[in-house]
Amino acid sequence: MTLLWIALLPLLGVLVPVLAGRRSRLTCSLATAIAPAVALGLTLGLVPALGANEPMRFFAEWLPELGLALAFRLDGLSLLFNLLILGIGLLILLYAHFYLSKEEPVGRFYAFLMLFMASMVGISLSNNLLLLWLFWELTSLSSFLLIGFWSHRNDARKGARMALTVTGAGGLALLAGLLLLGNIVGSFDMDTVLASGALIVEDSRYPVMLTLVLLGAFTKSAQFPFQFWLPNAMAAPTPVSAYLHSATMVKAGIFLMARLHPALADSALWHLIVPLVGTITLLYGAWFAFFKTDLKAILAYSTISHLGLITVLLGIGSPMAVLAALFHIINHAAFKAALFMTAGIIDHEAGTRELKQLGALRKTMPVTALLLTLAAAAMAGVPLLNGFLSKEMFFTETLESPLLGGLSWLLPVLATVGGILSVAYSVRLVVAVCHRPAREASPKTPHEPPYLMRLPVEVLVAVCLLVGIFPAFMATGLLELATQAVLQAPLDFHLAIWHGFNLPLLMSAIAFVVGAALYWRHSDLRRFTDSFAPVDAPRLFERALVSLGQRCEQLLALWDGQSLQRYMGWLLLATLIAGVMGLTQIETLTGSRGNQPVDGIVLFGAVMLIFGGLATAITHRYRLTSLLMLSVVGLFVALTFARFSAPDLALTQLSVEVVTMILLMLALFFLPQKTPPESSGKRNLRDVFLAGGVGLVVASLNYAVMTRETLSISQFFMENSIPGGGGHNVVNVILVDFRGFDTLGEITVLALAGLAIFKLLNRLRLFIPHSDSEGRVWSPDRYPAILTSISLALLPLALLVSAFIFLRGHNEPGGGFIAGLITAVALILLYMARGVEWAQSRLDFPFQPVAVVGVAVATLTGLGSWLFGHPFLTSAFGYFSLPVVGKFELATALLFDLGVYLAVVGATLMILANLGKVTTAHRPVVDAPKDEPHAPAPNKETL
Amino acid sequence: METLYAVTTGVLSACGLYLTLRGRTFSVVVGLTLLSYAVNLFLFSMGGLTTDGAAVIHDDGHGAYADPLPQALVLTAIVIGFAMTAFVVILAMRARSELGNDQVDGKKEDRE
Repeated sequence: MTLLWIALLPLLGVLVPVLAGRRSRLTCSLATAIAPAVALGLTLGLVPALGANEPMRFFAEWLPELGLALAFRLDGLSLLFNLLILGIGLLILLYAHFYLSKEEPVGRFYAFLMLFMASMVGISLSNNLLLLWLFWELTSLSSFLLIGFWSHRNDARKGARMALTVTGAGGLALLAGLLLLGNIVGSFDMDTVLASGALIVEDSRYPVMLTLVLLGAFTKSAQFPFQFWLPNAMAAPTPVSAYLHSATMVKAGIFLMARLHPALADSALWHLIVPLVGTITLLYGAWFAFFKTDLKAILAYSTISHLGLITVLLGIGSPMAVLAALFHIINHAAFKAALFMTAGIIDHEAGTRELKQLGALRKTMPVTALLLTLAAAAMAGVPLLNGFLSKEMFFTETLESPLLGGLSWLLPVLATVGGILSVAYSVRLVVAVCHRPAREASPKTPHEPPYLMRLPVEVLVAVCLLVGIFPAFMATGLLELATQAVLQAPLDFHLAIWHGFNLPLLMSAIAFVVGAALYWRHSDLRRFTDSFAPVDAPRLFERALVSLGQRCEQLLALWDGQSLQRYMGWLLLATLIAGVMGLTQIETLTGSRGNQPVDGIVLFGAVMLIFGGLATAITHRYRLTSLLMLSVVGLFVALTFARFSAPDLALTQLSVEVVTMILLMLALFFLPQKTPPESSGKRNLRDVFLAGGVGLVVASLNYAVMTRETLSISQFFMENSIPGGGGHNVVNVILVDFRGFDTLGEITVLALAGLAIFKLLNRLRLFIPHSDSEGRVWSPDRYPAILTSISLALLPLALLVSAFIFLRGHNEPGGGFIAGLITAVALILLYMARGVEWAQSRLDFPFQPVAVVGVAVATLTGLGSWLFGHPFLTSAFGYFSLPVVGKFELATALLFDLGVYLAVVGATLMILANLGKVTTAHRPVVDAPKDEPHAPAPNKETL
Repeated sequence: METLYAVTTGVLSACGLYLTLRGRTFSVVVGLTLLSYAVNLFLFSMGGLTTDGAAVIHDDGHGAYADPLPQALVLTAIVIGFAMTAFVVILAMRARSELGNDQVDGKKEDRE
């Protein structure tokens, strides 16, 4: 259970800075630190119990169908990473408190940081492959947010995007790899996977799986050839660089390789790929670190190089190499985080990170300069500092590794070259920043930072020193646990500073001497490298992305004419073919039921519908006429519903018809009144045949279905409507009870459409014609007197009718949909008769909340049934009697219908009233800038 | 009667589809509205055509009721159809305001 809390606490901690963000920065920082501090305390509390062979576990099912479980484990490896993540995380919080300027939204920053911390803790504790991947993706996302924190900066946005693209693509590869791995083993459970090493390596899918998993690890840990995202991620605020891009996130790939070491590492393929990639990365990073002039860039390339070093060790894979890898993870995290924070301090106090503008900080910032020197010495591997120990171990392992067979001497040579470069760039860093005088003036006069800002650096440098001087005392316990977790067997080792005069010591000595010499000849080397054209990674990356996009577009353009008309044409042709093929399958068109006799009224209705439809199509160039013809169709559709026993539909269609016509008329006002003739005769003929063909198919299909006996599930609804839903009107009971979930979805869509329209109307610039299409000026009689006076008298009546229709809906034709539409139409009438100004002053409330409240009421009614132990949207009803009123029925469905009613009213008014207001001072404006009231508001009213 | 009903649905669909093939946004919106009438009529008829049989249960034991399920489906379809028509027409207005023309593809010189 404690494990669950350790994993959950940082996640809960995300909320703290969000809530405390408005308080003072001190409160916010302190409150944010609570969750990681408690989690760290809990972790430390578990250490004594961890001595035994078995890791601690927590298990709870999450999605057993997918093999995903909420499973955590704490073993030595997780412990090591957890201590790094939480410990350094706390130091980073302290540092960021001083680093961010006063105006910056510190709450948001901390929230991102905590999200990252939570996902890292999740990775290190996961005991399920899929869960691990989930947290893995979360680190990519939170890293994206953190790199892009200064989103006003172009390089920050580009860097964030690049990091997300690379690590996100790697994450997908990893997912594929983990799925394969789970498939090979037959389980996503980490314990099972770790115990099945032999089975995995022998499987034929192993090479593919290993490649995919390593792609994930290499992209995350910035291994060659994916290293380019890391230097560009340095656009992030320095606390982020120190935390994510040196101490923790980039080590997630390393962690993965260490975690899956028992399962994957015992193969020739692993021993080939991993050390090879690691060596290239080690040399590549070290070489470029030597020539960069930006403090953070030097550190970034040096990080790449050190990550390569750890990868080489994991690739060698012998027990002592694993030990060295784990040891170097700790050491690198300590000195590199310290170096990054120092770089941030210098940037903060001197205003620059360019080497040529920095210099002689020994005099202006003595303490910081000392800290920088010590941390850089650790990086170079100077004795009595922690970096020396793990580097000696690295040299020893390269000497002993038989991986390259006859070429085995190559590995120690390359390692020495890496060591030389590492010394060279460390010396350059220290000399250029602390000793040599600046070549250009820095923007600010450097001075020491606030004491507490320096404290995290001091803590980390102290760790470097203590581990370097007392390695056995400081690190043995943790490393014993961690190596045991990776190797799954205890390892007997002894950490010591002095191993006598041996080959590794000689390699170190060579590294120091040649490294110093290299620095001495830096300017010559510089001239040599300058003769090559520099590789601009961001530009290349952007160009690759753009050209990829263009290729895709070209590919699409091959078969995509980018024309809606053409799409529609193909769609209809396909429908026609499918429909004709379907119809040829049935033997006779007329089914067993046959035709009912036609009466005069039906004939008249059909003629009017056909006339209206044809007239709409034929007059479509004269848009107003076409619209009038469309309304004829709409009215006769309503009558058709009434004729064929669907009173609810008739009422709905009638009221929708009214609002649709108002809407289309209003829209037509802003659109051209006429369509110029533009389609050729040939094209018209083609369209007529296409549309007519589909029409024939529709008619045949419709006839075929209507004349056949149907199998309907409606009998159930008819029988249960009264006993189950308490209503006589089966259509309404279906809407609010049996299929209430559908209705809930549909009013949500309605409300969303209303909101989307509100947003679309925001700051819409329209062309307002002053005359109609014939050139006649609009009538000056804006509000006809008769309409004005009738509308007022009509309003209470209309509201009464809508209340009546609403209340009787459960038992007689009516209900929330229809009542809502009637109310909306009554209110719209006011706008039309009196104008926006008049109506606005009396209906002065926004309509969005009405729609939202409607959806909320309906949802809450549904949720309410949970309180009584029933499934979502179970309705209840009962009969009550009151004096005077008599016996009546109350059903929760009525409450649901009230939600429907409100949603319909809100959405309809949102659409129509806002459209009407577009040209007035009340037009929808979502985020009004301050100068808005002064802007000359067009006050031509349209309603 | 079924023949007449089917012919009507067919004609309405054909007219609606013809309009959706036009090149101006307003015609397309009108066409979609017309098409949705046709589709609603089509769906409604899936339960058969019943005269004088509204699906309101009376205690006196009425004879044949109309199928209520297609009715319930069509009722919400009508309302949603309105919301979609509104959305499309506002989109058309926005497109005209941003692009300066009311071609469905947003291109001015697109005459075929």
